[in-house]
Amino acid sequence: MDNVALIGMVSVITAGLTIGFGAMGPALAEGRAVAQALTAIAQQPYEAGAITRTLFVGLAMIESTAIYCFVVAMILIFANPFWDYVTAPAGG
Amino acid sequence: MSISPDGIIWWQWGGLSLNATIVFTWLVMALLTLLSWLVTRRLSTGTKLSRWQNVLEVLVTGIRDQIHQVSRQEPGRYLPFVGTLFLFIATANLLNVVPGYLAPTGSLSTTTALAICVFVAVPLYGIACEGPLRYLRHYVKPTWLMLPFNVIGEVSRTIALAVRLYGNMMSGTVIVAILLSLTPYFFPLIMELLGLLTGMIQAYIFAVLAMVYIASATSAHQRTAQSGHSAVSSSD
Repeated sequence: MDNVALIGMVSVITAGLTIGFGAMGPALAEGRAVAQALTAIAQQPYEAGAITRTLFVGLAMIESTAIYCFVVAMILIFANPFWDYVTAPAGG
Repeated sequence: MSISPDGIIWWQWGGLSLNATIVFTWLVMALLTLLSWLVTRRLSTGTKLSRWQNVLEVLVTGIRDQIHQVSRQEPGRYLPFVGTLFLFIATANLLNVVPGYLAPTGSLSTTTALAICVFVAVPLYGIACEGPLRYLRHYVKPTWLMLPFNVIGEVSRTIALAVRLYGNMMSGTVIVAILLSLTPYFFPLIMELLGLLTGMIQAYIFAVLAMVYIASATSAHQRTAQSGHSAVSSSD
C-alpha cells in the first residue's frame, strides 16, 4: 500500500474515532450538569436566573472539549498537513 | 469545501490580500458604528424616546446588569470592553441570516484576535485595580510551586477561548454544508436556526468568560477589603 492510501485511510479512521470518543465524555458530563441544575432549580425556583447563567457557562466549558475533538477531526479530513505533504510533489 | 473564510481572497495587490474574513469584519464594524452614530446623534432625556434609542438603552442596561451579576463590581469600567466583545460577536453571528455572508467568527484568525484582546485586558485591568506588585503576587498565590501552572493556565484558557468560538461557528457552517448535500431544504434550515441560537449563546459566553477572567484578576483586593469590613462589622 502506498503512502497516499495509507495516510488517507488512517486520517479518516482517526477522525471518526476522534469525534466518537470526544463526544462521549462531554455528553455524559453535560447530562450530569443539566440534571444537577434542574434539581437545583426545582429546589430553589427563585434562583433560576443565576443557576441558568452558571449552567450555560459551565456547559460551554464542558462542550469545548468536544469542540476540540471536532476541530481535530475536521483538520484531519479537510486540512490534513500530511495529506498535503504527500500529494503536493505528485501533483506539481 | 473550506473550513475557514480566510482562503477566499477577493482582492490582491502586491503583498496585500483582502480575504473574506477582513471584508466581513469591516462590514460588521461599519454596521455597528453607523447604527450607534445614527441613534446617538439625537438622544432625548425626556419621556418621549425614539424607538432605536429605546433598543440601545435596553441593550446597555442589560449588559450592565449582567456584568454586575457576574463580577459583583461596579460595571462602568468593564462595560466598554465586555459590551463591545458581546455586540461584535453577536452581530457577526446573527448576520448569518443574510445570504452570501460568512461569519468572520468562523475563522480562527478573528477569534484568536479577540482572545488575545482578553489576554491583554486581564493584566491591564488587574494592574489598574491593584497595582503591578499586588497583581503579580496572584501568580504565586498558594505557593511558589504554582507559578508555572498559573502561567500555563493563563495561556491555555486564551487558546480555549479562541478555539471554542471558532469551533462552534465553524461546526455550524460545515454541518449545514454537509446536510445540504445529503437532505436539502428542510434539515439545513433547522440546523441554520440552531446555528443562530448557538451563535447568540457563544457571544454571551465569550463576554461572560472575559468578565469572569477580568473579575478574578481584580477581585482579590475587593475580597480582602470586604472580609476586613465584615470582620470590623462583626466585631462591632
